[in-house]
Amino acid sequence: MASSISDDRGMDSVPTPVKIVIAGGFGTGKTTMVGSVSEIPPLTTEEVLTEVGAGIDDLTGVERKRTTTVALDFGRITISRRHVLYLFGTPGQERFWFMWNDLARGAIGTIVLVDTRRLETSFAAIDFFERRAIPFIVTVNCFDNAPRYTVEEIRAALAIPDRVPVMLGDARDRESSKLALVRLVKHAMATALPASV
Amino acid sequence: MNRDEGWYDESAGPLVRPYTITNGRTPTATAQLDLSTQVMALRAEREPTGLSPEHLAVVRLSRAPVSIAEIAAHLHLPLGVVRVLCGDLIDRGLVITRSPTNRSAQRPDLDTLQAVLDGLINL
Repeated sequence: MASSISDDRGMDSVPTPVKIVIAGGFGTGKTTMVGSVSEIPPLTTEEVLTEVGAGIDDLTGVERKRTTTVALDFGRITISRRHVLYLFGTPGQERFWFMWNDLARGAIGTIVLVDTRRLETSFAAIDFFERRAIPFIVTVNCFDNAPRYTVEEIRAALAIPDRVPVMLGDARDRESSKLALVRLVKHAMATALPASV
Repeated sequence: MNRDEGWYDESAGPLVRPYTITNGRTPTATAQLDLSTQVMALRAEREPTGLSPEHLAVVRLSRAPVSIAEIAAHLHLPLGVVRVLCGDLIDRGLVITRSPTNRSAQRPDLDTLQAVLDGLINL
């Protein structure tokens, strides 16, 4: 029991975790972005869920309950001895959006990745974080063969409010991904400040 | 974290059904454990008794602070199972944890955001 513990390491030895969520539609480069800045190769973990309703495409044999498995990719950046940052990619499929609440709870904010070839796949993510007043920025992942648009064109096409930063980037590139993380944290700090009257 | 140190390996597959490990319990009581919650095992004078192999695997993995998500990934266990296992270890005083914020709905405070910003810029 607790009395047998003889450990001089206390809570000071445990860093405070912080989270950033990488969201966006299927195939927008979420895991690529996680991998480009993570200090560990992206890990995958699974949540086993009991599913109600139809549309199951992934059954696992847990008793006779109908369950489904949601895979989450994530990475880690050690900020300092006191802070460790986790990057979580959201499951792409729309029916797992309820999991985004768990991911976003207590998070610094979200980077919504956009693929200009499939703008519509990121509409919902933008709407989700906008409604919940979670700080987010939009990063256009500039795929090699994708049509190029300006930030203003993307903003207009996705009806992104002026207060939400929009930037162009390359999810494969470490510096580009770092820049997006910095931009998000600055944005979160600006929105965390009390309104200047 | 060296996966080879674990006694689970890729070929072991799902050895038992997830909710056999947790005796059918679901993680309602430990829902405050975030995916990023840091878990660190406290050094005990003697090997704790009455723990399942899965509990002991969690203790071994968390000698240095590690997240719930990493434990789940390395042990190939669903997140919900790892939450239950960690809840048991917390109850027995064998691990300590630190979550993103005291109240889970909260966002990180400005000091934390500044520390993260500085760290990212210096990467």
